Amino acid sequence: MSPRPPGADLPDHPDRLWSAAEPKSSYDVVIVGGGGHGLATAYYLARNHGITNVAVLERGWLAGGNMARNTTIIRSNYLWDESAGIYEHALKLWEGLEEELDYPLLFSQRGVLNLAHSLQDVRDSVRRVEANRLNGVDAEWLDPRQVKEVCPIVEISPDVRYPVMGATFQPRAGIAKHDYVAWGFARAAAALGVEFIENCEVTGLRVSDGRVTGVDTTRGSIAAGRVALCAAGHTSVVAATAGIDLPLQSHPLQALVSELLEPVHPTVVMSNAVHVYVSQAHKGELVMGAGIDAANSYRQRGAFHIIERQMAAALELFPIFARAHVLRTWGGVVDVTPDASPIVGLSPVDGLYLNCGWGTGGFKATPGVGWCFAHTVAHDEPHPLAAPFSLDRFVTGALVDEHGAAAVAH
Amino acid sequence: MLLIPCPWCGPREEAEFHYGGQAHVAYPEDPAALSDEEWARYLFFRDNPKGVFAERWSHSAGCRRWFNALRDTATNRIHGVYRVGEPRPVAS
Amino acid sequence: MRRDDGGRIDRSRVLRFRFDGQEYTGHPGDTLASALLANSVRRVATSVRLGRPRGVFAAGGEEPNAVVQIEEPFPEPMLPATTVELYDGLVASSLAGQGRLAAGPDPARYDAVHAHCDVLVVGAGPAGLAAARAAAATGARVILADDQPEPGGSLLGTRDEVDGVPGADWAAATAAHLEERPEVRVLRRTTVFGYYDDNYLVAVERRTNHLGAAAPAHMARERIWRIRARRVVLATGAHERPIAFAGNDLPGVMLAGAARTYATRYGVLPGRRAVVFAANDGAYAAALDLADAGLDVAAVVDPRPAPGELWAARLRERGVELLSGHVVTAARGDGQVSSVEVSPVSSVSSGGVSSIDADLLLVSGGWNPVVHLYSQSGGTLRHDEAIGTLVPDASTQAVEAAGAARGVFALPGCLADGTGAGARAASASAPARPVDVPRAEEPPEAAPLAYWLVPAADYAGHFVDLQRDVTVADVRRATGAGLRSVEHVKRYTTAGTAHDQGKTSGLLTSAVVAHALGVPVAELGTTTFRAPYQPVSFAALAGRDRGALHDPVRVTALHEWHVANGALFENVGQWKRPWYYPRPGEDMEAAVLRECAAAREGVAAMDASTLGKIDVIGPDAGEFLDRLYTNLMSSLKVGSIRYGVMCRPDGMVFDDGTVIRVADDHFLVTTTTGNAAAVLDWMEEWLQTEWPWLRVHLTSVTEQWATVALVGPGSREVLAGLAPGLAVGVDDFPFMTWREAEVAGVPARVCRISFSGELAFEINVTSWDGLRLWTAIMDTGLVTPYGTGTMHVLRAEKGYPIVGQDTDGTVTPHDLGMSWVVSKKKPDFVGKRSFSRADTMRADRKQLVGLLPEDPDVLLPEGTHLVATGTLPEPPVPMLGHVTSSYRSAALGRTFALALVRGGQGRHGERLYAPVGDALVPVTVTSHVLYDPEGARRDG
Repeated sequence: MSPRPPGADLPDHPDRLWSAAEPKSSYDVVIVGGGGHGLATAYYLARNHGITNVAVLERGWLAGGNMARNTTIIRSNYLWDESAGIYEHALKLWEGLEEELDYPLLFSQRGVLNLAHSLQDVRDSVRRVEANRLNGVDAEWLDPRQVKEVCPIVEISPDVRYPVMGATFQPRAGIAKHDYVAWGFARAAAALGVEFIENCEVTGLRVSDGRVTGVDTTRGSIAAGRVALCAAGHTSVVAATAGIDLPLQSHPLQALVSELLEPVHPTVVMSNAVHVYVSQAHKGELVMGAGIDAANSYRQRGAFHIIERQMAAALELFPIFARAHVLRTWGGVVDVTPDASPIVGLSPVDGLYLNCGWGTGGFKATPGVGWCFAHTVAHDEPHPLAAPFSLDRFVTGALVDEHGAAAVAH
Repeated sequence: MLLIPCPWCGPREEAEFHYGGQAHVAYPEDPAALSDEEWARYLFFRDNPKGVFAERWSHSAGCRRWFNALRDTATNRIHGVYRVGEPRPVAS
Repeated sequence: MRRDDGGRIDRSRVLRFRFDGQEYTGHPGDTLASALLANSVRRVATSVRLGRPRGVFAAGGEEPNAVVQIEEPFPEPMLPATTVELYDGLVASSLAGQGRLAAGPDPARYDAVHAHCDVLVVGAGPAGLAAARAAAATGARVILADDQPEPGGSLLGTRDEVDGVPGADWAAATAAHLEERPEVRVLRRTTVFGYYDDNYLVAVERRTNHLGAAAPAHMARERIWRIRARRVVLATGAHERPIAFAGNDLPGVMLAGAARTYATRYGVLPGRRAVVFAANDGAYAAALDLADAGLDVAAVVDPRPAPGELWAARLRERGVELLSGHVVTAARGDGQVSSVEVSPVSSVSSGGVSSIDADLLLVSGGWNPVVHLYSQSGGTLRHDEAIGTLVPDASTQAVEAAGAARGVFALPGCLADGTGAGARAASASAPARPVDVPRAEEPPEAAPLAYWLVPAADYAGHFVDLQRDVTVADVRRATGAGLRSVEHVKRYTTAGTAHDQGKTSGLLTSAVVAHALGVPVAELGTTTFRAPYQPVSFAALAGRDRGALHDPVRVTALHEWHVANGALFENVGQWKRPWYYPRPGEDMEAAVLRECAAAREGVAAMDASTLGKIDVIGPDAGEFLDRLYTNLMSSLKVGSIRYGVMCRPDGMVFDDGTVIRVADDHFLVTTTTGNAAAVLDWMEEWLQTEWPWLRVHLTSVTEQWATVALVGPGSREVLAGLAPGLAVGVDDFPFMTWREAEVAGVPARVCRISFSGELAFEINVTSWDGLRLWTAIMDTGLVTPYGTGTMHVLRAEKGYPIVGQDTDGTVTPHDLGMSWVVSKKKPDFVGKRSFSRADTMRADRKQLVGLLPEDPDVLLPEGTHLVATGTLPEPPVPMLGHVTSSYRSAALGRTFALALVRGGQGRHGERLYAPVGDALVPVTVTSHVLYDPEGARRDG
């Protein structure tokens, strides 16, 4: 018998996860969307607020949307105070989550490098590092040599088209196993009495006198005292049934994995300029995110030329990936706001709460947003960390612009 | 990679085009007369339907003309394209 | 072991290869798998979780076990040995589920090809060849793509005849005939792996892999075919299914059809004595072929009560025992199969087991159409009860499946199906031409039984996914945990997620889940089929877009001079801009201080050609610009120049630059270097979609002009010397005007503008003349070249912001202290309305200010933040803003910075602190204009 290759095995799941439920006629809270955010919200509603008569409605299989499709990067090194607040809250929860949920989440704090490729990238990176430190978020600026020390396979030669001029590094950042996270929350919430109803698509929100009264679904009508939207890419479609317009656009976002490879990549590397984000998961596969499709679409797949560009970019930074193979590509539908920050809070309809617009960043926020959104639903007012992400900001102009300092202009 | 029928050049690869979002969102006649809410709607709120969507494309690597398309966002099927100023056709 | 004759291998040539350190030989025509079997190598892999020995299981890309590491000629991870064509010098090793990347760079080349066709036929088996033949007969443009080195597909692995000749010969002749047609392209070694919208398919062609070290260096190793097809025929065949029973992972357990292929195509017997375990007639043909090839077939075990009498008779003729109504309950052996346990169906659970000595157990649970591409195309699948598997149902694109790919397994049916599909596919493009259907013998068929799982008390040794080591017991544990969806079970167990992406295990997993839940398989569906159908290398997908070709490099007309004179370059968008020109012994700081001093005290010149330039021409050009710029442009006089700012509708600064009025109906707009394309797109969008009635045309002329900024108190003198015909006096040539003149003998447009505050001229000539102009300037011996490093300092000393550095998409012109550039007269311009929103009217917005560190030698890092207090409180620390630009100034004799600071315009004179490392650096807030605030120097 040969020894197992490193990381080729994963911890066992528990013998008991959750039971599929039949919908009851009424719940205190109905959560629309059984992804990571819906499950975390359900869990914290029950755990922090004692609200357990809760149903999570999922149109497909639980956590089968973006939760099953993301590249599992967790970090909190965002530029603006508002973002750092909620993402750092999430990261702190991540750090105790395996114990909290009694579930192996494969949470691995292997650090994230965000590479800089131009002088403006360097300025923006230092700005972000300094902001992070003052916000209590761990962050360092590394020169190319230090980048190489953290991740020896990154190409730092000055002779490439866009040389690496340095990187920000957040040591506490990392990855987790997305399914395990979803199932950990589901199992813990189920133990507290939350019900999960799969194959149950919400076809309409029921509103009476400006107050939500329940939902219509493909499995019948369900009354609800409060309804919390966690429908990601499909939020616009659901909200529209209550006459609510949201500043969201839904786009396909693709990702891919390679075959299992012996460990070569010890951290997570992201590059906005060369557009790569890649890590090596526990079993050994390279997990890589591709770009977003420009056109709106609800198709859970993107265009192939985006993958081709992605591979060219990856090989610029990681020449040793040349003969790795793409094993599987897939797409999710992400809902993007004009300022690339989420919308979390109250809606124009009483008892209806919004959690959407997370774009490409939803996974890392999972426990944090679950915590804050549950608070928002329970108290009918935004959690302080969620307050800056109100729908109202688009009227006042107080955006939380996380597109970053774009432009390479002079 | 969609095959997009540019009304000026004929069918071309999606990579030749630039996307412009929802069509028929006119710049307001008199922005100064709008409330903050109304101005915010113009700035930031666009339809996001799952189904037929009237949207703008620019054939940026071809004739550089903007035009409109009716595309189903659930299937990516393009029902038709029309030039700027032409009325929106009825989706087939 | 190798048979003495037969097969499509060239026994006259011997290829030497190494596997796990052992030397072996094989022949051209072998795969690594067939050569290993010919050398009686049983164990080819170790399983990933349980460390169990594994042998070759299949003969094609669906192989779940024999996934090997190529070591030489160049390391490549995780290739199925069944897809590796043998070549001389191949070195490979077995794996335990993980491959290895090479440490060094891949020397090979990769490429991509675009192709368009009327009909794309995927798969050159009997159905595909028939389809291509029928389509080609109409004159349609046909591409036939097949993943094997030679056409024929399943015909290569059987002894079936077509049109009275051996199937492989018919395939070769048909392909040759197709290739003679000018409109037909036959792609060998080409796997179509992705099917996207609008009939866009992608394939990878392996061009040199099979040549090993002999591969010519100039030839692309692999290339991607990007195919746009009017219609597609998927003749992708079928994969044989395994059956779950105890010990079904032992080396020696193999798909029956695979064994037949090894014997027929490769002349290899994968064992000595075999038991066949099958629930369909196809495996009988395999048993007979194998028996005829010299394999001792001990028995055929079939759970069906009565297979066709004809098959029974043929087995009897060869002395093969037929155990109908029986199943194999276990394969036994130490490290490989040595015996097979058999039981009547009726008494599986109550024992009644007999044992047969055998080193080979050939299984066939039936056949699954290869529906991957059909599913990728958006087509739906339906569960066909009769054959117990998924078949294509309704398509959403112009595609149809033919032959085994849609569940038609018998050869005559495949040929007829392909012919029909090919003719239909071509009919959209060319007039129909009737084609005869190739003939083949109809085999006797009894109804197959969808048989998946041999019942047992303990399922710990019944494997469903060999590569992921997933057993029936694992699947049952998942359903026992409450999971009802196949997707959940797959993720709980990892079944179907390995290198083979569940090609043999996917439907078996579904069947086992259905069995556990007590529901029909049809109700469960299956997991989604995703691209790529087979793994494809990163390098192939990256193609040529690497290294220097990763992104275009743009250089100015003066570039070669900059290179020759030692400039270091900065990437600005795609442009290479001179950054600074160090002299021997100078670092950047010293060079920039010297260049700055030259500009302030003497004469210096910069290549400014990269600034975007757009001709705005037409009777309404002025009105058009009035709508886009925050200030008034239509009032500009011909011969004059104005600085302008553009905002997005949200009021945030988008770009800035100068506007020159060339003629009544002609403006020339300059943009920042990085934003040139975006500004042109922006202008076109507004013009075409909002104001189409405006009579304006826009043309990018960035690359038509070379631009030199001649800066410094001595610049007038230098220009006068170069342009004797130009009146350069301050009254003749006032600030913010331009003149046509001959400069250095070259026709030029000279602008009196300044981005430094010094007397300056911007000289524009056609790109062709750029180097001549620049050389003439430098030949005066009076002028110091400077780069973007110095340009940044000079402009910052004057408080001129750089869009994208001192702004970040959240800054209005008012925030920049540039209210003067925002027209109060114009009723509207893009962005105006947003200035009166609640947040943009706040007094404590971040505003551009200057900063002077109290220690004039301390240089603040750009990106440093500012706080109000001299000691840091616990995080989160309230931040007042950040440093956007920071330099050492020769003119000021000290360091300084620009910063965006909350309420900054009201803080002049205030002391703030900048946390740098562990220190808090005290700084004084000042006006952002630090040098020559009166503007005394611009006229020289």
